Amino acid sequence: MRARVLIRPKAGILDPQGEAVERALPALGFDGVTNVQVGRMVELDIEDPWQLESMCERLLANPLVEDYEIVSVEAASKK
Amino acid sequence: MKFGVIQFPGSCDELDALNAARRVGDAELLWHGERDLKGADAIVVPGGFSYGDYLRAGAIARFAPMMETVIDFAGDGGLVLGICNGFQVLCEARLLPGALLVNANRRFTFRQLELEVLNSGGVFTQGCALGERLSIPAKHSWGRYHADGETLAAMDRAGQIVLRYADGENFNGSVHDIAGVSNERGNVLGLMPHPEHAVDELIGGSSDGLKIFESMRMTVEGVHA
Repeated sequence: MRARVLIRPKAGILDPQGEAVERALPALGFDGVTNVQVGRMVELDIEDPWQLESMCERLLANPLVEDYEIVSVEAASKK
Repeated sequence: MKFGVIQFPGSCDELDALNAARRVGDAELLWHGERDLKGADAIVVPGGFSYGDYLRAGAIARFAPMMETVIDFAGDGGLVLGICNGFQVLCEARLLPGALLVNANRRFTFRQLELEVLNSGGVFTQGCALGERLSIPAKHSWGRYHADGETLAAMDRAGQIVLRYADGENFNGSVHDIAGVSNERGNVLGLMPHPEHAVDELIGGSSDGLKIFESMRMTVEGVHA
């Protein structure tokens, strides 16, 4: 199975990368952009999707400061 | 007494930590992939970029075989000092509360700064006076200490906020100007600045960092300030 996990800073925690992007966009003429958050995405092939939650709690995210979301689990694409 | 200094792939301050420890006692490097503390009375988890700091600083190093031994050692009351990346590793291992985030200024920053001792009764600072200022360098990109309000209040009551950045020195945006924290029992300390880089006035102009190592020696040898 191909899984996709999204990890982002918890609400209320300062996200300096998001702020930098938010300030950079208007300089390129993109107006009306607020609340930019920069996180990371982990994609992985796994045999047992039920282990994903535990993987997130123990390694992929730090639950003290990050939220994670298992975005999708689908049949792995043929290479 | 004997210090054990852990060496991970990507560590870069382990030799300075070894040198600092040898000024107050014996010291030996401990390889991350082994499990034997080689008779060390206290452990130093040094600065650097353990395992490349991939994913999050300290996230992967926390699962090294040597860290499993260190977690048990700390659980039995053994002294563990984490410096910079070592602090991040100890937070990831949940030996210390909270987490370290990217600096508020988003930049790698290196500067000599002043720390204030908020708890001089602990095993890592008993050689310091309450309110004493230590001149120690800091150099990091991920040093913004964060813990939630409830945790901070409990830490404050228990005297776990051991070191703070003096006024005007908190360049990374740490909550409550926190520079160094201990666990509730007081036998584990983590700090972002580098006491091992401030052990000789000839190099860097301050030997204040030695006070941390000296305090650890006093604790292990049962000497009290």
